Amino acid sequence: MEALVATAIGALTAAGVYLILRLRSFAVVLGMTMLTYAINIFLFTSGRLVINQPPILRDHSGNITGYTDPLPQALVLTAIVISFGMTAVVVMMALGAFIEGGDDYINMPEEDRNMPPLLTVEAEEESEIAGQTKGGSA
Amino acid sequence: MNHWIIAPVLLPALFGALIILWMRHDLLLQRTFGIIGSLFLLGTAIYLNVLAAGGEVQVYRLGNWAAPFGIVLMLDRLSAMMLLLTGFLATVVQLYAFGSGWDRKGWHFHALWMFQLMGLNGAFLTGDAFNLFVFFEVLLIASYGLMIHGGGPMRLRAGVQYISYNLAGSTLFLAALGAIYASTGTLNMADLAQRVAALPPDDTGLLRVGAVLLLIVFGVKAALVPLHFWLPSTYANAPGPSSALFAVMSKVGIYAIIRFFTLVFPNDSVVEHLATNLLLPAALATLILGQLGVYGTRSLTRLAAYAAIGSIGTLTIAIARFDETGLTAGMYYLIHSTLAAGALFLVVDMIAARRGGDVWIRLRPTFPNTGLLSVLFFATAIAVVGLPPLSGFIGKLLVMQATADDEWMPWIWAIILITSLIALVAFGRAGSTLFWKSHELDPEPDNDTDEGPRPKPGPILHKLETDEHIQDVDDSASPALAFTSVGLLLAGLVALTIFAGPVTDYLARTAAQLHDIDSYIQPVLHQQEDTK
Repeated sequence: MEALVATAIGALTAAGVYLILRLRSFAVVLGMTMLTYAINIFLFTSGRLVINQPPILRDHSGNITGYTDPLPQALVLTAIVISFGMTAVVVMMALGAFIEGGDDYINMPEEDRNMPPLLTVEAEEESEIAGQTKGGSA
Repeated sequence: MNHWIIAPVLLPALFGALIILWMRHDLLLQRTFGIIGSLFLLGTAIYLNVLAAGGEVQVYRLGNWAAPFGIVLMLDRLSAMMLLLTGFLATVVQLYAFGSGWDRKGWHFHALWMFQLMGLNGAFLTGDAFNLFVFFEVLLIASYGLMIHGGGPMRLRAGVQYISYNLAGSTLFLAALGAIYASTGTLNMADLAQRVAALPPDDTGLLRVGAVLLLIVFGVKAALVPLHFWLPSTYANAPGPSSALFAVMSKVGIYAIIRFFTLVFPNDSVVEHLATNLLLPAALATLILGQLGVYGTRSLTRLAAYAAIGSIGTLTIAIARFDETGLTAGMYYLIHSTLAAGALFLVVDMIAARRGGDVWIRLRPTFPNTGLLSVLFFATAIAVVGLPPLSGFIGKLLVMQATADDEWMPWIWAIILITSLIALVAFGRAGSTLFWKSHELDPEPDNDTDEGPRPKPGPILHKLETDEHIQDVDDSASPALAFTSVGLLLAGLVALTIFAGPVTDYLARTAAQLHDIDSYIQPVLHQQEDTK
């Protein structure tokens, strides 16, 4: 049981880390999802793995036979909801960037770093004229 | 239990919901309720400061459940101070958002503003580690909205980076909490402090992993090198008022570091000097990188973003010592750098708006209000670089004083002084390019009518494409209000300078309270007679 869960967490994390290092936002979103799944399972195990026990104390007399820690379950529930919401946000944002920017690269495009040439009125007019003649000949 | 302690979390939630549900289409109502909400928060923060100044840590038990089981909110001097700082910055910057017209560039600006404040205040107040995670997510999800407010391909793309980075940070946070819960069985901070101190020293492997992961997560939030990569593009591409509010968001990471590594993992506990040993080199690297970035960048907004990184480096140098003088100096610089960075982002935004959205540091003809803006830029630059007479100078002096007996002292002092010089040169260069040399490009006044060849005019200012994603001076609803807002932030800096004595005394008491761990644990875990 422990080996199985540990392997699952490890495999999901490895896949997630690999994917979030990719340069396209789709892969990154997938990687995030994998990573959050891995973390959810990890949180679940932080209360120890117990099989076939309820998350409540049934016996108040003091001889407790066994129970599952309920707190990690509550934590996982919160974590699932939050990571689900966050994934939705990042998908929307990535879609927006893809539609507005034309590609889904994660890196910032060149224009973010390099100073664009200063357009003067004259240069602008020239480029407009050039564009018009081009359009006219086509 | 004083119910006002939860007001900084509940009020913005209420106002945010009201704004979204009932006043979606009415900007005037949104503004009115937005500013009322912020003022309310500011008032509450002042009251809570008075409450906390007595020195007793106040506990608010949600649902009145007994402590390690229910969630508690804790109000001590540090949280109260952070609430006040947030309240002041938020109110003032909101005025700027009205005045500059940024809040009509997209939907739900004021609702997001309120939710952002809810997350910030909650993170400062909570006394439960998992609850801290939840409030981090609240403030992050609101900040995503504020960051891409106005849209545009660059902003959205920077937003994707920002979200991805912080989502990865959040998963690490959960992993840290899982590790800590697995080794201690609790997530209440006061209870954690007790149990961590009682753990047998040879059985702390998992706990140490948790502590380091927490430090990494808070380092991501605070943008400490090498976890700062999200900050420059995000702050540079975000709308001006959002960046100015984010100045306090990166301080949440610093706050969490102070809280966890004085309370739960203090320097002589099971984690030994882990926090100091990791934080100090990171802080020095942050300072160097930030100031070099200020020097190297050719974009105004990036200049402000790197200046914010540099200021985080300076204050973390002091915080990393975790002794009382270090914390005092660090907290003083924290207040200063939040206000200064906020003012810088606003000034930069105003300049960019008046240059037709051109954020690059290059010659353009003079623009409206050049005189006033150059004065504001000059004053802000003095504050950010840390020259006298403003509080940046006192803050850096305090930081250097606090590290005077450190074994790294020569390095720390050299780096602080040299990087200040670099930043000074960078700001001087930017200012002279923006304001001084621009006059050369202005068209000459027409004295001679048509006699002889006229001197060749410089390139004529042409507006970059009219872009709804870029703030434009024509959209400015009330420039006077925007100037007032920057003026208020600068007034805050001046007040911080004039009252440096009382403020540092108070911060010294705050630091003493942080070191008195029992005063934090007692009210939560031991004085709970009336709880369920």
